[in-house]
Amino acid sequence: MSAPIAAVRAGAQRHTPGATRAGRRNSWRGAAYALPNALFVLGLFVLPLLLVLQMSASKWPLLSGNQGWNFPANFTKAVTHRLFADSVVFTLKYTLLATVLLVLIGLGLGLLVQESSRWKGFLRTSILLPSALGLASASLLFYVLYSPIAGPFAETMDRFGISFLGTPTMALLSTTFLIVWRYAGFYMLLMLVGLQGIPSDVFEAARTDGASVWQTFRYITLPLLKPTLALTTVMCVTGSLLAFEQFYILTKGGPDNSTITVVQLIYSVAFQGQNDLGVAGALSVIALVALVVINAVQLRAFAKDKDE
Amino acid sequence: MATITSTPTVTRRRRQSPLLRGVVRTPYYVLTGGLAILFLFPLLWTTVASVSPRAGTAQSDGFGFANYVTLANYQAGIWTYLYNSTFVSLLTVVLTLGISGLGGYAFARFSFPGKNALFMVTLAILMVPYATLLIPLYVLLTRVGLQNSLVGVALVLTMFQLPFSIFMMRVSFESVPKELDEAALVDGCSTFAVLWRVLVPAVKPGLITVGLFAFLAAWNDFMAPLILINDSNRMTLPLAIANLRVQVQGIVDYGATEAGVVILALPCCILFLLLQRHYVRGFMSGALKG
Repeated sequence: MSAPIAAVRAGAQRHTPGATRAGRRNSWRGAAYALPNALFVLGLFVLPLLLVLQMSASKWPLLSGNQGWNFPANFTKAVTHRLFADSVVFTLKYTLLATVLLVLIGLGLGLLVQESSRWKGFLRTSILLPSALGLASASLLFYVLYSPIAGPFAETMDRFGISFLGTPTMALLSTTFLIVWRYAGFYMLLMLVGLQGIPSDVFEAARTDGASVWQTFRYITLPLLKPTLALTTVMCVTGSLLAFEQFYILTKGGPDNSTITVVQLIYSVAFQGQNDLGVAGALSVIALVALVVINAVQLRAFAKDKDE
Repeated sequence: MATITSTPTVTRRRRQSPLLRGVVRTPYYVLTGGLAILFLFPLLWTTVASVSPRAGTAQSDGFGFANYVTLANYQAGIWTYLYNSTFVSLLTVVLTLGISGLGGYAFARFSFPGKNALFMVTLAILMVPYATLLIPLYVLLTRVGLQNSLVGVALVLTMFQLPFSIFMMRVSFESVPKELDEAALVDGCSTFAVLWRVLVPAVKPGLITVGLFAFLAAWNDFMAPLILINDSNRMTLPLAIANLRVQVQGIVDYGATEAGVVILALPCCILFLLLQRHYVRGFMSGALKG
């Protein structure tokens, strides 16, 4: 590719003719290109992270700002909050349900649409389309679908006395259905990548040896898919532990505060009524530490599995 | 409709007679057809319902766009919210493209002190809960006068896009042969001219993927504007439509909500169908490297 003349001239003026690659690609230039990234990360990530640590140890009402240190008290208040235990239990329950369903359904769909054909292409597109929607849009959409007044199932619901969001169990199941609808395509895609990574001669060999479809799946596909299964599980657990929008929009934490997640609790302590950023900060730090620990445990478990 | 990247045929069926194949395949088509309907039904139903008659909504008889008219006149007016959402989304896309374009180039082609640390810290953004950061960000942005500001929201959303975007652009630049830009450097191009004239055309697919994801994330984001914006004139579309539900004395206007969902979903679906290849690649690149 020929360089534009102006650029050549500019380059010739600034550099001696013998300037080498090492000279041009020196460290300050690289650092300069990475500077905007560094500024964003420092100002909008590292600094807030430090600030949340300070908040968690300070008396910090929303409106009046920092009122000085209040170290163990925020954490005591956080864990003794009347909804703390409930929200932790509910979040874990939801995470378990959503992760099991999404990983299994993702795997099933991945296997189903694996080969390429026109029909399967259409199928993949249909399943993937909901993932382009925002979680808030999807939640609003299901808010209407689940409505006992306006939804397409309103009459059926009325006749059989079913309510999609009326009881704690139904609210959990209905919200999980929305999440499966929204994310199944995403997990299908991750599984497809994993399946694609398995060399096809392994399957050829299995067929030559007369392995049944089930045997092939159980003893070849599944073990070789382990890294993908690990990745999808970690991603799904992380996402589910941080659930907010779906419950905030669909159930508003109800009925009877039965569907309050940890992140919802943090939001409501910070901005709805209590306006206590100190306690919200303490809850945030607890959530952060829990997430890091849970991910570390998962990664270790999967790594151990691989060694065996 | 474009189809997603093909995967190699893994299981090949033994040769069967057409009749037998038909019998075997019917349940398969019933199952997969049912799945396609299951995934498409909610969107299709909402679109149809938004223009269908229903008692208690603006569209009380006959088909038409009365729900959209209600939505258009809601509070500050739909145009304000559309403008806000578009502004935040485009600013986020531009910032994300700029930062990750330059940053990806730096990570792929230069060595500088703190390079690995910066890369790791950028990826660590993924490990930290959204809410954990938004509360201190609310305090910080208030201090610099960017709370309750669309620019502030775009800055925050850009930061959340960086792990994916920097990673994606680093991989994109690294997949371009070094000889290409070294030749231009020997010819006397400045490093920026190399980036702009030689490398940007080569990493265009990566830039499209990054831009698409930044747009979808910003257009759809709910929590950042929920926490950072408190002036109803500055709300973005998802926030305005979520608030719309409790418009009059707790009575939900389902018709207008449906119309709102359609307006929210439409640009996402169109972009998805047009750029499906790039969309799928974005997900895959994340999966490959874990």
